[in-house]
Amino acid sequence: MARTLINVPAKAARGEIIEIKTLISHPMESGFRVGFNGALIPRDIITLFVCTYNDEEVFRAELSPAIAANPFFTFFTVATESGTFNFRWTGDNGFSASGSANITVE
Amino acid sequence: MSDVSPGMPTSRRQFLTGSARLAAGAGLASIIAIKPAGATPQALQGAIAEVVGEATVRSGKVTLSVPPLVENGNTVPLTVSVDSPMTEAEHVKAIHIFNEKNPQPYVLTVRLGPRAGKALIATRIKLADSQLLTAVAELSDGTFWSATADIIVTIAACIEDVK
Repeated sequence: MARTLINVPAKAARGEIIEIKTLISHPMESGFRVGFNGALIPRDIITLFVCTYNDEEVFRAELSPAIAANPFFTFFTVATESGTFNFRWTGDNGFSASGSANITVE
Repeated sequence: MSDVSPGMPTSRRQFLTGSARLAAGAGLASIIAIKPAGATPQALQGAIAEVVGEATVRSGKVTLSVPPLVENGNTVPLTVSVDSPMTEAEHVKAIHIFNEKNPQPYVLTVRLGPRAGKALIATRIKLADSQLLTAVAELSDGTFWSATADIIVTIAACIEDVK
């Protein structure tokens, strides 16, 4: 499982706009580079990142080879209720990783 | 391939003949190698048209911030924000990012909704050359807005070879 870093505030006021930051370790090999033997290095990227908040999708990113290695995203959402954020990354060669974070809304 | 293997002590003569062979090989490779087609301004227009369809893209509302000069094209920080109240009636549905000179014109698509609260995203991208970046925002009322940013890259990414 790839290493992930997820930053979600532990507490928030109801209706507050909170910032979420995520990072995942992944080479994001573009498929356009030539290796030692002169052959193209096959593409190996993350193609999709989805964040759900209490099972409702709040953010989705469709990635391309032009995203830097170790994809990093900052985005925002409204803290509506206490619950769980689920994060899922999927990509080439059956790559799949997930993470979660809890939030308390007062 | 070569009798000069790394780590082995080499004489000056061996080194010179080895490097001459390498240089000849590299020269040949550059003639034979078929470069992946770069995204041209036409390809960029095509990619934008594919997303936008018949709608017209107006400039404004979108702010695309990138550093004007980056040393390393492998990680270029990029922030896109859209001037929108992000309510159920009026929000940003998607933000698309395109480039001009990477092998592919398409960089990223993010899908947002009224639950985002704020239309602002940040990520890090790769750039193969100094070029023009375009961000297109798709609003809930069906209109498209865009912003562009020029960026100078000193070390290119994406298509450099492993050395």
